[in-house]
Amino acid sequence: MSVPVAGALLAVDGLTKRFGGFTALDQVTVHVKPGERFGLIGPNGSGKTTLINCVSGALRADGGRILFEGRDVTGMPAHRRTRLGIVRSFQIPKPFTSMTVLENLGIPLEYAAHARTRGGDAADEALELLRAIGLESKARLKPAGLTQIEMRKLELARAMAARPKLLISDEAMAGLSSAEVDDILAILFRMNEQGITIIMIEHIMRAVMRFSERIVVLDAGTRIAEGTPDEIVRNPAVEKAYLGE
Amino acid sequence: MGPVLVALAVLAGGILLASLRVNPYIYFAGYVVLQYIVIATAWNILGGYAGYVNFGTPAFFALGAYTAIFLMEAYKAPLPVLIVAGGLVSAVLGLGIGYLTLRLRGTFFSIATLALSVVLQTLIINWDFVGGAKGFTVIRPSPPFFGNWALLLFTVMVGMAAAAVVVARFIERSWIGRGLSALRDNEEAAECMGVPTLRLKLFATTISGFFLGVAGAPFPYYVTYVEPASAFDLNYAVNALAMPMIGGTTTWIGPVIGAVLLGTAQQVATVTISSELNLLIVGVVLVFFVVLAPEGLVGLARRLRGR
Repeated sequence: MSVPVAGALLAVDGLTKRFGGFTALDQVTVHVKPGERFGLIGPNGSGKTTLINCVSGALRADGGRILFEGRDVTGMPAHRRTRLGIVRSFQIPKPFTSMTVLENLGIPLEYAAHARTRGGDAADEALELLRAIGLESKARLKPAGLTQIEMRKLELARAMAARPKLLISDEAMAGLSSAEVDDILAILFRMNEQGITIIMIEHIMRAVMRFSERIVVLDAGTRIAEGTPDEIVRNPAVEKAYLGE
Repeated sequence: MGPVLVALAVLAGGILLASLRVNPYIYFAGYVVLQYIVIATAWNILGGYAGYVNFGTPAFFALGAYTAIFLMEAYKAPLPVLIVAGGLVSAVLGLGIGYLTLRLRGTFFSIATLALSVVLQTLIINWDFVGGAKGFTVIRPSPPFFGNWALLLFTVMVGMAAAAVVVARFIERSWIGRGLSALRDNEEAAECMGVPTLRLKLFATTISGFFLGVAGAPFPYYVTYVEPASAFDLNYAVNALAMPMIGGTTTWIGPVIGAVLLGTAQQVATVTISSELNLLIVGVVLVFFVVLAPEGLVGLARRLRGR
């Protein structure tokens, strides 16, 4: 059913994940090309976040394989996948609350981007990333003092600090205003222009359709469609999954 | 440079006090305060830096003490061997509870460590070789230095307190400390940002266990009579937690301040009022701090300076 993509950056093959008797993912195959803007959509409970958790290493799959740059990462701990370049942001921002915004970026810089750098360089790099995302003036604040949109930006900036090859953005825009959604979209477009492959999981259709070059639709743990945004909008199976009969 | 200076300062202070040859009781009481510096500092590496609250301090402390008793009884091992061995055995126990963190977080981890203490105490009560329930009496040889055990043990504890503080300070200021704070704030996010959370937790539990064991190893020489109830005293669990909380858990100096203040207050109260008053003091002070200064004296000082 799926066409294997030669030279895929991320190749998820026949991935299965069960929670007790419930099959959250059933033989899901997804291939993402280098440099691609990839959309992953599906109704609530369709398995998007489970898939992302398996790819990032937060969950262990019960079957199937995950290859990153041709390398099998299926059983690899999450922090090692991050070092290889698979970096995710969280749906509900999870900042390091006892640290300043700047120090938040220091962790991935030190642990993932370049293990064991001296503090000075890391601080410069972190400031540079904050400037690029528009959080420079908040560098010395604790995350508790940030607004919702700033918190999302921190989440993305911190992910960028890990120097991702593949960024998985898990609902980075949920709950934001229309202007804020555009703001985040622009940031993701810029990241993609820098050569970072991006998987976007999103419920805001306007954003996914505008952003993605290719979209895969999950429903009840299986892949029901794949195609360009135009093809997806016209796909009857997708309509049925979202709206019912 | 910094940690070396701190160590030298502590050592110099200790040696000065030791050389003054004041009332021997001062050394006897000072030993307890120093022991609490080691315990509070060790506890804080796991509880403060990594955020895993260990209620099982008595288990680690007593394991150090009973390792020493076993080695004395079986091999007549000298004090330095007892200290190193006590530390190593407790470090292994620490590594064990480190693996518990794979499954248990927050309150559940704390409950498990409390249970650990109970289980270990039951085992020791039923092990006659180290005295079992009736306890173990240590017959001390004449002291190799100073001519006086109180002074000798006091000096040894000065060195161990300095070592513990230097190690804690090093961890706090290194990449290890930054990784531990990240996982304390949010373990899932830390792992996803490249922090090897399991390895860091195992490191923290092991090094914390080591120093708790080190603190317990000279205990038989100090009291000369050890019974399970005194080695597994709940006081150790409460003080190990209360002292860093009072001083401040995020920096190495916090546990030291807490141990000196609370440890000294307890010693003074024991002599002037009653030995039963100890826990009451700890309780009252702890409640006060948890409510009014949750970041301890260090946090309070920072707030007053407006940082």
